[in-house]
Amino acid sequence: MTSPDTDTAVPRTTDPGPTLVLPAEADGCPFDPPSAYRQAADHAPVTRTELWDGSSCWLVTGHQEVRAVLADQRFSADGRTPGFPFLTPGRRELANRTPAFIRMDDPEHARLRRMLTTEFLVKRVEDLRPALQRIVDDTLDRMVAGGGPADLVTEFALPIPSLAICLLLGVPYEDHEHFQRQSSILLDITAAEEQVAGAQRELRSYLAALTADKRRAPTDDILSRLAVREDLTTDEAASTALLLLVAGHETTANMTALSTLALLRNPAQAARLRSGPAEAKVAVEELLRYLTIVQLGLPRAATEDLELGGTLIRKGDGLLCMLSTANRDESVFPGGSDLDLDRDARRHLAFGFGVHQCLGQPLARAELQIALRTLFTRLPDLRLAVDEDQLSYRTTMVVHGVHSLPVAW
Amino acid sequence: MLVSVDQDRCCSAGQCVLTAPTVFDQSTEDGYVQLLQERPEPALAADVRLAAALCPGRAITVSESA
Ligand code: HEM
Ligand code: SF4
Repeated sequence: MTSPDTDTAVPRTTDPGPTLVLPAEADGCPFDPPSAYRQAADHAPVTRTELWDGSSCWLVTGHQEVRAVLADQRFSADGRTPGFPFLTPGRRELANRTPAFIRMDDPEHARLRRMLTTEFLVKRVEDLRPALQRIVDDTLDRMVAGGGPADLVTEFALPIPSLAICLLLGVPYEDHEHFQRQSSILLDITAAEEQVAGAQRELRSYLAALTADKRRAPTDDILSRLAVREDLTTDEAASTALLLLVAGHETTANMTALSTLALLRNPAQAARLRSGPAEAKVAVEELLRYLTIVQLGLPRAATEDLELGGTLIRKGDGLLCMLSTANRDESVFPGGSDLDLDRDARRHLAFGFGVHQCLGQPLARAELQIALRTLFTRLPDLRLAVDEDQLSYRTTMVVHGVHSLPVAW
Repeated sequence: MLVSVDQDRCCSAGQCVLTAPTVFDQSTEDGYVQLLQERPEPALAADVRLAAALCPGRAITVSESA
């Protein structure tokens, strides 16, 4: 590990493979990762890739290698670590602001995450199921009452997680149009730096004001519990609330709409989902694996020289962990390019891995299980109201999905 | 099979509780993993092994010989 490659900043590897420029353009089936990522994965689990600013980093595509990186804290998730890869100028802009704990390393990350862990315990979310079922039923009632066709994204998929996270966090749902618009800018990789900075400023000041209100008059919700803590600044509380608000609704919403489309294309599979709550649990894990909506690689930077899948990674190298290709790794999921709701998909990495693994996953699972099962049970004739080739996909967003999904029933 | 957990490594993601609910629990006080039984019966062995593999903090150790 000593020979200095001073002439090139590129670490040595046995065979880096063809250089790929990121983010790769979507092509082919909207449910499959872009072919450029699949080709990289076929070549080797760790390959070289180039970013928009001409810098290069490692593309990690294998299941074992993605797990190894995400479980090892010598790979930093802090945007200020030298070599941290940014997919766009907007992403880099975000890293310069007060980050939330998703972009911090331990011990700071653990300190902030642990303030929330009891909020998302599996059994706590189990207790929330009746409330979530009510949200789903009411939302579906409203969609049906409006008469078909309806846009499933705005009428069903988005309101459910928004209502749920507003309820838990203590954010007034009346403000949802405002925060949904701002958070979609944050997750749009084509948004300009100033736009991203503006959206973040908006949301932060909105949440900081709300935090101050809660501190004065606490209610029974997460934001109030954060606001009254003495070991947390208003700034930190607002950053944490922002993370929960953004992470908590776009992801589940897109997963709901994209899952619905996948099931409409595979009616035999949809029958599986209807058969019972236990089947719905198995089905949702497979949908999480197959659709892997976090379509951009999870960024990390090496803080030491390390070996990964036979490749030497140098201190200061950036890495992007591709959950989508890891979740189709044939060595773990044979026939993984197909959706198979009978599959035991629990080894999927759709929620990431390691200390940053999704905090909201019990909530996301419960929302998806209830929403999809209720939708397909109550509307057995659910169908697309447009030709499939008219749908447009969220190919330039951090979270994959479909922009709108007109349905009839 | 002997199971042990390391609370210092636990990041409270709850994979263990989902996978083997009769062996693992999460504390309502602090969210950390709690071991309900150290020597689960052989029928639970596959679930416990999967829970250890899924644990994102690598907080679960399974020793087969003990
Ligand atoms: C289907 C839905 C969801 C998916 C696919 C998803 C996916 C992910 C992934 C991949 C990460 C890891 C990021 C990284 O390591 O860099 C993550 C982190 C996170 N997610 Fe989710 N998520 C979902 C729903 C939710 C919900 C409903 C909430 C909250 C209410 C939430 C809150 C969080 C938080 C707070 C983190 C940061 C955890 C940390 O850094 O310690 N997510 N999510
Ligand atoms: S799976 Fe691991 S990290 Fe998650 S709660 Fe259980 S022991 Fe803790």
